Order: sequence, then C-alpha cells, then structure tokens
Amino acid sequence: MSAMPDTAAAPAQSTPLLSVRDLHTWFELRQWGFLRVGSVRAVDGVSFDLARGESVAFVGESGCGKSSLARTLLGLYRPTSGDVVFDGHHLSELAGKDMQWYRASVGYVQQDPYGALPPFMDVRRILAEPLRIHGVTDRQEQERRIRQVLDEVRLGPAEAVLEKFPHMLSGGQQQRVVIARALVLEPSMIIADEPVSMLDASVRVEILNLLRRIQTERELTLAFITHDLSTVRHYADRIFVMYAGRVVEQAPVSELLDHPQHPYTQALLAAIADVDAANAQHQREVPLGEPPSLLHPPPGCRFHPRCPQAMAGTCDVDDPPVFEPRPGHQSACWLHR
Amino acid sequence: MVEKTLLSVENLQLHYQTRRGIARAVDGVSFDIRANEALVVLGESGCGKSSLAKALLRVLPRNVHRFSGRIMLGETDIMNLGQEAFRRDVQWTRIAMVMQAAMNALNPVVRVGEQVAEPLRVHLGWSRQRSLERVAKTFELVGVSTDFLQRYPFELSGGMRQRVVLAMALVTEPELVILDEPTSALDVLTQASIMNVLKRIKQEQGTSFMLITHDVATSSEIADRVALMYAGQVVEVADAGDFFHQPAHPYSQMLMASVPRLRQEDEPAHIPGQPPDLIDVPEGCRFADRCPSRFQRCDREPEPFRVSARRHVRCWLHAPDATGGGDS
Ligand SMILES: Nc1ncnc2c1ncn2[C@@H]1O[C@H](COP(=O)(O)OP(=O)(O)OP(=O)(O)O)[C@@H](O)[C@H]1O
Ligand SMILES: Nc1ncnc2c1ncn2[C@@H]1O[C@H](COP(=O)(O)OP(=O)(O)OP(=O)(O)O)[C@@H](O)[C@H]1O
Ligand code: SF4
Ligand code: SF4
Ligand SMILES: [Mg+2]
Ligand SMILES: [Mg+2]
Repeated sequence: MSAMPDTAAAPAQSTPLLSVRDLHTWFELRQWGFLRVGSVRAVDGVSFDLARGESVAFVGESGCGKSSLARTLLGLYRPTSGDVVFDGHHLSELAGKDMQWYRASVGYVQQDPYGALPPFMDVRRILAEPLRIHGVTDRQEQERRIRQVLDEVRLGPAEAVLEKFPHMLSGGQQQRVVIARALVLEPSMIIADEPVSMLDASVRVEILNLLRRIQTERELTLAFITHDLSTVRHYADRIFVMYAGRVVEQAPVSELLDHPQHPYTQALLAAIADVDAANAQHQREVPLGEPPSLLHPPPGCRFHPRCPQAMAGTCDVDDPPVFEPRPGHQSACWLHR
Repeated sequence: MVEKTLLSVENLQLHYQTRRGIARAVDGVSFDIRANEALVVLGESGCGKSSLAKALLRVLPRNVHRFSGRIMLGETDIMNLGQEAFRRDVQWTRIAMVMQAAMNALNPVVRVGEQVAEPLRVHLGWSRQRSLERVAKTFELVGVSTDFLQRYPFELSGGMRQRVVLAMALVTEPELVILDEPTSALDVLTQASIMNVLKRIKQEQGTSFMLITHDVATSSEIADRVALMYAGQVVEVADAGDFFHQPAHPYSQMLMASVPRLRQEDEPAHIPGQPPDLIDVPEGCRFADRCPSRFQRCDREPEPFRVSARRHVRCWLHAPDATGGGDS
C-alpha cells in the first residue's frame, strides 16, 4: 500500500481527487543521438494525495523536476514507473474518449505565457479551439462560455479583447487569456506552472489573487508551481518542497513556514528576505554549492553534500525515508529518526 | 565624517524617436550617489530604469531624440566630455555596468576568463598575462573557482554565469557599478548568495552601486537609498529605512502594500490600473489616474519637492505649502 501515512490535517472524509504513488519520470540522455549516457531522473519517487478543492504549491529550485512532474500529471510525459489516479481512473489506462475527458478535467497554465498563446489566433479563436475539440460546436454556446470565462478572469468587456491577437495584449492580459483557456472546459483541477514568474512584480499579485479567487469560487483543486516562497502563504493551503526530483517536505502552509523541519527548507526560508532596511547590514546564510546532477544524484540523502547537519555514515549512505516529526507534517530527513 | 558625493545627476532626459512619436523614457531625473553607497532604482516594467542606466554610461541607441541634463562624476562634468575621453576615462574605468540579461549575452565560443579580461585589455590596454592575473583575483572575489577561467559559458550554471558577468564589471575596479536586474532570473538561494557577494564587495572595496530591480524584497539586501521611478520620472528618493518603512508618495505606499511577505499575514494588495504611455504622458501628475489621493492641484505637474534633507517626493501632497491634501 501507500508509502505515505495519512495526514492528521486531512481526515479520510473523502477519496482524494488525485493520488500519486511512487512516480518516476526519467529522461534517456543520449550523445550524438544514439549513445546512451544514462537517465535524467527528473521525477524520482514522488507520492502525494490532493483533496478536492485544495490549493497546493510545489516549490523548489530550477531543475528540481517541477515542470516534469506537472507534465507527467497532465499525461504529456509517460511515467517511467509509478501510478497516477485521478477521480478513480488510472492515468496509464486512459485512452481515446477517456483521455479526452481527462484533458478536459485538468486545465494547464504553462510556464511561459509568451510562448503559450498561438500568435496567429485572436482571443475568441484561442478560447473557442478547446471547446470545438471537445465537442462544443454550437456557435452561440461557444460565445456564451467564452464571454463568461473572460468575465471571470476580469478581461471584460469582451468586445474590447475578443478580436485582439496576443501581441496586442500586455503580459498580464496574456496570462489572463491563458488562465481563461485553462478554465473554459470547466475542469475540476488546474495545474499552473510558474503562472507569474515571467510577469512584472506589480502584476504578479493581481494574477495570483485572481487564481485564488477563481479556485475558491469554483471549488477547484489547484496545483501551483513556483520558485518564489514569499507568495505561497496567501495562495496555497499546503506546500510541497522539492529537491532533486523528490518531495522532501510537505505540510499545511503556516505549519511549514513557521516550523520548517527539513534542512533544505530551512535554508530556503533563511535565504528569503522580507523587506527591511536592516537586511543590508548582514550576510545571509546560504548553503554552499548547487543542486546535484539528476544524471548522477549523490547516494544517500540528495542534500547531504550541502547540508550543514549531515551525519557521516548515515546521510551519505542511506536514503532517508519520510518521517512525520509533527502531526500532518512530513519530512524526509534522518534527523527525525 | 564628510560623505562625498560620487555621482550627481540633475534633470536628466533621454527621449527616443519612435514611429508613433517621442517616448520620454527618462524625463527630468535628479539624484545623487555618495561614495560607498548603494542606490536602488525600483519601478514597474517600462518605466525607464534601463534607459536611465544606459544614459549614465552613454550606451545609447540610434534613435535618441533628446539626451540632456547634467551628470557630475566627482569633480568631472561627464555630460560634456567628448566621446573619446568618455570612453577612455569613464566607461568601464570609473563606471561599469552589468546589463539586463547579460548572463545570456556571454560569447558562447570564448572562454569566460578571456571575456572577463576584455575590459582590461580594451579600456586599460593591459597585457594578456597581467589581465588574466587580475581576472583570477576578481573570480575569487565573486566566488568563482579559478578552475572556471578556461571554461565556456555553456559549461556554467546560471548562478555562475551571473557571477562571471559581475566579475566583468568589477575587474577594472570602478568606483560605481550599475547592475540592471542582476538576480531576477535566478533561484532564491543563488539570488541570496549573489547579494552576499555584492554586500561584501561594497564593504571591502568601498564600491558604490546603482542596482536596478523591480523586486523590492531583494533590493533591501543592499539599499542605502531608494529611488522609485514612474513613467520616466523619479517620484520619490529617500533613505532605504524611510522608504521601506514610511513611504511618502502615494505610489510608494501602494507599492509597499503590494509586496508579498513570507512572514506576515497581510495579504498583498495589487495596484489597480496601468502606467501611462510614455509617448502620450498626461499633463498633470503622471500617477493621477491611479491615485486615491488625487485633488484639484494634481492637474498640474508636481516637481520633486524636498521634504527633508534626504528625501524628495514628486507629489502635491508634499508641496511646502500643502495642508495635507484637500487644498486647491
Ligand atoms: N524533455 C526532456 N528531456 C530531457 N531532459 C529533460 C526534459 N525535460 C526536463 N528535463 C531535465 O529534467 C530536469 C528537471 O527539469 P524540469 O524542467 O522538470 O525542472 P523545473 O523544476 O521545472 O525547473 P525550472 O524551475 O527551471 O522550470 C532538468 O535537469 C531538465 O534538464
Ligand atoms: N531604443 C528604443 N527606442 C524606442 N523606445 C524605447 C527604446 N528603448 C526603450 N524604449 C521604451 O522606453 C521605455 C522605457 O524602457 P526601459 O527599457 O528603460 O524600461 P525598464 O524600466 O528598464 O523596463 P523593464 O523593467 O521591463 O526592463 C519603454 O516604453 C520602452 O518601450
Ligand atoms: S538526511 Fe542528513 S543530509 Fe539529508 S537533510 Fe537530513 S540531516 Fe541533512
Ligand atoms: S500629485 Fe496628486 S495625483 Fe499625483 S501622486 Fe500626489 S496626490 Fe496623487
Ligand atoms: Mg519548470
Ligand atoms: Mg530594464
């Protein structure tokens, strides 16, 4: 059965909407196009459950596997091993019509808004396309749903934007169109990969507030990927911290921010400044080095070469399992043994 | 101790000629940077931050419509220096810059050690040997192992490449280093370690910095002073503590309320509306149509009023004769 104990914070009232077990997504790395060099272990043993209507954030540094996890959950990458169960259906067994249903049920806001929208389509066509593909062919019905979703992402009045092409819109407006497109099929879950990292700081808060509001109103499950921990407190219920292809810590948001358990999470939080003129007066503590290669990850705990608390003979040899040092709070670190 | 002014900018203007009209990217900007001081320039995308930096270093595009004002570097009026003298005596030797996205602009086929040596060889005419020795020293300063001298940019992580471009700006030991968004594409840990490097250099070498960013939290890692730009103008310039903790201009106040904070419960509030088009700026206060405190007087353009020895605010609420709003 599951390697992950049930959390106290999420009582077993209902089955989770999404259930992920020991998921691995490895990429074959070849030289000159054919010589096998090895595998990039982008997602390397990830397990979690998401409840209906829950908003979770995945945080971690560049290259730790966040987008690979997202794309595997969306069915865009085939997992090397492991299981994804959505609303009782095994992703690996979905085909044809069922796969279409899955694609309509899980909306995707991809990482780069500027590359996300086809430049030759106007907003009306961008939003009509998914409807058409999923069998909503009636023009009036299409128009009704497009206007409704534009209103929801606050891009109204519709007349002012329907005929515009992406390059005529600001970055924030483009991102609203991307979000509208993810919503137009009325999904039960949204996966948003760094939905604001390419936007100006002043627009970020606006888009995050928008996503949060829609998530609450529609009771959506929202998995939101970010490398910016300073925004998560207001936009997620639970946080997953990823490092080198794994989830190393997870807990409800204030529990994790106020009582971080894993040394990597502690280092991340210590590196983030809240605005204060006193920050300029002292050096910030930052662990040495950089995240490991996913081609040859270090043995034992993947954080051990950088961890200030690493224990020789343990951390560099044995992979730490998931412990629950506090109720509802999980951390994969030998310190909790 | 007498604090010496290193750079003094007065009424700087940089306008571009475009097909649609004249874009007033820098439009009457004044500020000072003292020796060993870090000035942070904040502002939304497109407000003219990079244009300001380029104006100071005279890295100008072809379509300049107007470039005027007064720039004093120490005792030298650098605005009136000829092109040759400016290149020889100012660019890179006294003021250096890390351009926005410079880490992606490194030459892919030249070893990074050679690239960092270039300002020494081109601007100071040093020999290859002597230059490479200085580069090795600078690499140590920014935390890059000298093993990397021989590497190509693609062999380096983003964080290492950012340190390399930083080394390129520091290698001539300039008095002022301008950094345009040096950490915005980087992870938090990398960002924090780059900010650590900057703090250490400021302390050990006495360098002055002008750091451009739209990330308020990161800016507080080094700021002694803050200048906030809006639509081509500086709307407030103040000591960092005053700016962060008691912002005076309505835009500064809204900006500070929009900053997400890891350790606070208050939800960040976004600033509604959009900045004006720089080609068609409004006649009165440029912030007026987003400003909750707007009153009659705002139909005319405010000047930067001096509210204390160290603070200027471009807002009628801070005019010497203002009664706290509501007057006419
Ligand atoms: N299609 C692919 N083929 C081969 N390797 C890949 C592929 N996609 C990702 N990788 C590799 O997998 C690792 C994880 O990448 P991924 O994009 O998932 O990270 P990320 O956490 O989303 O990073 P970022 O914050 O930069 O977006 C990286 O080493 C990346 O180079
Ligand atoms: N060479 C140019 N010709 C015409 N307009 C230009 C030119 N360079 C910049 N601009 C315009 O001048 C304004 C200011 O640009 P600038 O790059 O200085 O802004 P910025 O504050 O650095 O923005 P960002 O935060 O996005 O880097 C913008 O409206 C921009 O489109
Ligand atoms: S398992 Fe060991 S090396 Fe890994 S985070 Fe915990 S203490 Fe550090
Ligand atoms: S001058 Fe008037 S409109 Fe402009 S910021 Fe001040 S109060 Fe607001
Ligand atoms: Mg990614
Ligand atoms: Mg810029």
